[in-house]
Amino acid sequence: MTETTLTQDATVILERAHFQQLLDALLQSGYRVIGPTIEDRAIVYESLSSVEDLPIGWKDQQEGGTFRLEKRKDQALFGYTLGPQTWKKHLYPPNVTLWQAKRENGSFKITPPEEDRQPLAFIGVRACELSAIAIQDKIFLESEFKDPIYQQNREGLFIVAVNCVEAGGTCFCASMETGPKASTGFDLALTEVIDGEKHYFVVNIGSARGLDVIKAITVRTPEAGEVEAAEARIAEASQNMGRTLETEGLRDLLFRNIENPRWEAVADRCLTCGNCTLVCPTCFCATIEDVTDLTGQHAERTRRWDSCFTMDFSYIHGGSVRYSSRARYRQWMMHKLASWVDQFGTFGCVGCGRCITWCPVAIDITEEANIIRQGDVAKTKEA
Amino acid sequence: MLSQPFRIETVHRESYDTFTVELQPTNGHDSFLFAPGQYNMLYVFGVGEVPISISGDPDRPENLMHTTRAVGTVTKAMAELQKGDVIGIRGPYGTSWPVDRAEGYDVVFVAGGIGLAPLRPALYHVLAHRDRYGKVVLLYGTRSPDDILYRSELEQWRSRFDLEVHVTVDYADATWRGNVGVVTSLIPKAPFDPLHSMAMICGPEVMMRFTAIELLKRGIEHEHIYLTMERNMKCAIGFCGHCQFGQHFVCRDGPVFSYAHIGHMLSQWEV
Repeated sequence: MTETTLTQDATVILERAHFQQLLDALLQSGYRVIGPTIEDRAIVYESLSSVEDLPIGWKDQQEGGTFRLEKRKDQALFGYTLGPQTWKKHLYPPNVTLWQAKRENGSFKITPPEEDRQPLAFIGVRACELSAIAIQDKIFLESEFKDPIYQQNREGLFIVAVNCVEAGGTCFCASMETGPKASTGFDLALTEVIDGEKHYFVVNIGSARGLDVIKAITVRTPEAGEVEAAEARIAEASQNMGRTLETEGLRDLLFRNIENPRWEAVADRCLTCGNCTLVCPTCFCATIEDVTDLTGQHAERTRRWDSCFTMDFSYIHGGSVRYSSRARYRQWMMHKLASWVDQFGTFGCVGCGRCITWCPVAIDITEEANIIRQGDVAKTKEA
Repeated sequence: MLSQPFRIETVHRESYDTFTVELQPTNGHDSFLFAPGQYNMLYVFGVGEVPISISGDPDRPENLMHTTRAVGTVTKAMAELQKGDVIGIRGPYGTSWPVDRAEGYDVVFVAGGIGLAPLRPALYHVLAHRDRYGKVVLLYGTRSPDDILYRSELEQWRSRFDLEVHVTVDYADATWRGNVGVVTSLIPKAPFDPLHSMAMICGPEVMMRFTAIELLKRGIEHEHIYLTMERNMKCAIGFCGHCQFGQHFVCRDGPVFSYAHIGHMLSQWEV
């Protein structure tokens, strides 16, 4: 395929054999390339340099409270669904220094850290995760204030999305209308197809930068049936979601069920460990810590991810506002599925299912929402 | 959002646990403009940062004032500071009391304990533009006579003919000659026209809830009652999530809210 015939709306085929070229093109353009790799028997998002770093031939088995990596029968590069980590780790780091200060002439001087960050390229972003990034953009870039750290990481970010051709056991992106196919917000979107001896990626180009990268690597025009095969696999994934969540009227349902007895039942199981908030791709709460060194002359302010499940989270003088686990679970779930709508115009849930998989007692947000719907106080009053 | 160093010009002990600091920027004589009801984040070097309402006069922005009760790590460290010490300030943040909207109305201030501090800038504003308002009433309740803030100022206000001041305490001692009881007990007899009044309430959450109920009984409309919420705040700009109160970020959408917007949530537990 010659460069001149390529346009942004073209669909092209990248052979598995040429996949390394994509990584090389991004690395040569100066990006720090981050993608899925295996660490501690889970999929994590870390720096990649070679296609061999990808979790080739692995898949994940996910259920409530369960995550297991297993060998696939094929050599798929993206044959897993999702690991515990999310891309927010790289855009909104879990622990950052906001500034340092030093005592000086009876006062003190505050210095923000020097930043010289390499632009990031993410490979393997799922459709639900693209939605999560769009949601965090709303929080950190489109509100009254902007977060400079998020902004710096987000600007210049190159995104290679990978459409899901198999749904995970706890997935419900189809219910949240965020997947399994990436529709917007990417530079390139790939769909992996393995068909007998054939192993290729259908590539959609989402931006001028994406087009430039495609021009620099070996791609070809699709043959008959190749694009259709990819679409059929995505459609199949859409039909095989592990979970469903009825979103019709969900915000109002939860607001009017703030005293529903179900909160008590879920609180009996909830350990308030905060796992769900740490694996969630949209959760954005953070705390601020101020420290000094032993001389008392230098101070530092850091920001660290926080969780609404801790007692400390709502602490004001006199005690915590939400001291019961009932209130803390309710705060988390109502934030995701109700108050988030008022705050940012979307749900705070993209249906990735991580909070279900990584909950040690397998509490399931879709199940809880459905039970509250069945026991809706509005219904009980009518009856 | 970086803090700016401000030097403590005076420290005034209001009571055994409450003090007012007057601050000036170390880098010159910039005025600190704010609207009544707004707050700053106050940083004690190496200890931490807390949100504190501004308690000074909005028409005198050269004097930044904060009244603080020593209750936690940061405020206790702040209580140890003296004239000449430096603290960090960032702000002002948050929404303000509806002093413009209240023009033409009677104004009822209801304060509980240290809740008088965030109301004081609004009271200063109303008194400075006294002809724009109808009757002005201040109802103030504290736990004991020892907890009463701004004593000399209260005496001055009490002596004005264009301002009605009523003070009550929960527990009196032998020297106390005033009202005893919770602040809500002052509302039924307070001299204002409920149909043409704007109320501004600041105090503990439960006090604000029952104050609003009493005011509604008198006939003030929901939309004419304002109150200021307190929640844990770390960032002040709607990012850290700690101050959420239902769909509201108290730091950014508040701290001053209309009762019409949040009134129903005051009776919900642990929101």
